[in-house]
Amino acid sequence: MQRSTDASAAPMSVDTETVRKIAKLARIAVSDAEAEALAPELNNILGWVEQLQEVDVSGIAPMTAVIPNALRLRDDVVTDGGIRDAVLENAPVAEHGFFAVPKVIE
Amino acid sequence: MSDVTNLGIAQIRDGVRDGAFSARQVAEGFISAVERARVLNAFVIETPDHALAAADAADAARASGELKPLSGVPLGIKDLFATKGYQTSAGSHILGGFEPVYESTVSGNLFAAGAGMLGKLNMDEFAMGSSNETSAYGPVLSPWRRNDGGNAALTPGGSSGGSASAVAAGLAPGVTGTDTGGSIRQPAAFVGITGIKPTYGRCSRWGMVAFASSLDQAGPMARDVRDCAIMLEAMAGFDPKDSTSLNLPVPNWEAALSSDIRGKRIGIPKEYRIDGVPEEIDRVWEQGIAWMRDAGAEIVEVSLPHTKYALPTYYIIAPAEASSNLARYDGVRYGRRVTPEGGNLQDMYEATRAAGFGPEVKRRIMIGTYVLSAGFYDAYFNQAQKVRALIARDFERVFEEVDLLLTPTAPSAAFGLGEKSNDPIAMYLNDVFAVPASLAGLPAISVPAGVDHEGLPLGLQLIGRALDEQSVLNAALAFEERAGFSARAEAWW
Repeated sequence: MQRSTDASAAPMSVDTETVRKIAKLARIAVSDAEAEALAPELNNILGWVEQLQEVDVSGIAPMTAVIPNALRLRDDVVTDGGIRDAVLENAPVAEHGFFAVPKVIE
Repeated sequence: MSDVTNLGIAQIRDGVRDGAFSARQVAEGFISAVERARVLNAFVIETPDHALAAADAADAARASGELKPLSGVPLGIKDLFATKGYQTSAGSHILGGFEPVYESTVSGNLFAAGAGMLGKLNMDEFAMGSSNETSAYGPVLSPWRRNDGGNAALTPGGSSGGSASAVAAGLAPGVTGTDTGGSIRQPAAFVGITGIKPTYGRCSRWGMVAFASSLDQAGPMARDVRDCAIMLEAMAGFDPKDSTSLNLPVPNWEAALSSDIRGKRIGIPKEYRIDGVPEEIDRVWEQGIAWMRDAGAEIVEVSLPHTKYALPTYYIIAPAEASSNLARYDGVRYGRRVTPEGGNLQDMYEATRAAGFGPEVKRRIMIGTYVLSAGFYDAYFNQAQKVRALIARDFERVFEEVDLLLTPTAPSAAFGLGEKSNDPIAMYLNDVFAVPASLAGLPAISVPAGVDHEGLPLGLQLIGRALDEQSVLNAALAFEERAGFSARAEAWW
């Protein structure tokens, strides 16, 4: 699926508001001080990778596999399972045979 | 018996087979060396029980005539490989205490070949770094020091910094590394050892903590080319559990090792001569070219026109894949959880990831999230994937003319801890020569070439065609015979 974009437009510079938005998407809590510090760091990196825009890529397909390799199919059968305790073994909190999380419905 | 820690993999294997010493003696020698070198911080955990059990099995196998390819060889395993029943942290607090209930394919292959494990090796957090300074367990020290009489702490490189330090200091005859954009080759060069990243897909990624899945590839680091060939043979192989694993037989790389490279054509890419690289790097490169010529190879200047775009391409693709891969650390299924007082599920995710990830990992997740976000996907990620295709095409064209490429491994010798950690882009530049082969999935090895004016090792890189590890290893062997690199870090620990 093609995402809506204008590849020719120079991406906006990242401000602290954008940093907070990205952090929210990435599910990482950031303090105001961290957002302030991250904005110039991310701008430096994004400014540096900006040079890729100058490469003529007309007619070039995006790479999808480094080494040609057909994706394999296997029979649609159960090959695993019945290992609930092993699956839960490293869970920070497990209750009644389930992963436990803070309440998500009121 | 002389000190077993002076022995390499082939010598240990052969010595155990011939009864020159027992596997138990070897394991005990290395376990003791590991304990004495804790100041290097190369190991996150030590697993002497595992090494001794494998050694006893090797001694029993010798008695019953059932020796395996790596019987009696104790190895270090990078902490990126899931090891059943032993903590696997990927250098991150977020995986603190994680003890897998399964074994990674690569470590499992090595153990099935008779090897034992001395411990888990320190590394940059999630393999994101070039100096081992991003590890949640603190930086690894290189056993090397400058010859200026100072005691400045030097980096062993990264991300496989613990791996590099362990081999260079004689704490293990061989180790696993992983290479996403130079993480085997740059540390190998920094500490004067040999390390090879095989063709993408040779070694299974199953059970290897994921960083950037289209680039991640395991490989061995050891004292010489032969030892790398032996280890790689045991590590590699088709694995149905990894969708990008290559369904091809593993060649007998060791048996086919030959330093006779007469008639091979070796390309010298002109774009790898970049500004700001110390003159000494050029000097060892010229020396390396002379050695290859002496070995009977034909030297050809070649051009890889998109080389300068490799690093920025990498720093879009790798963070993009990382932001997706690292979404799994949510504090629910494994690892650390932080729940703020009265917080809901979202608050738990955000607090867990804020506390569990270090600054460089957060930076890369955020860059990756940004370049994949609606509105920027085409301009950044898709553009990078197209440039990546051009970089791979450069290599394809050049490999119609030549069999191998010879380049520097890194743009400098090892630097001091703290010297580059405040400037992400300066740190990223460490991998300027390593990243192109990663983007194209090609096999590449770093071999020690000499020392700089401060007595620190410098390495050169040989890059080969996809699946042609044999030519890479053979040319590296011819190189090794001529370089005669024998400098070792003097033990100060």
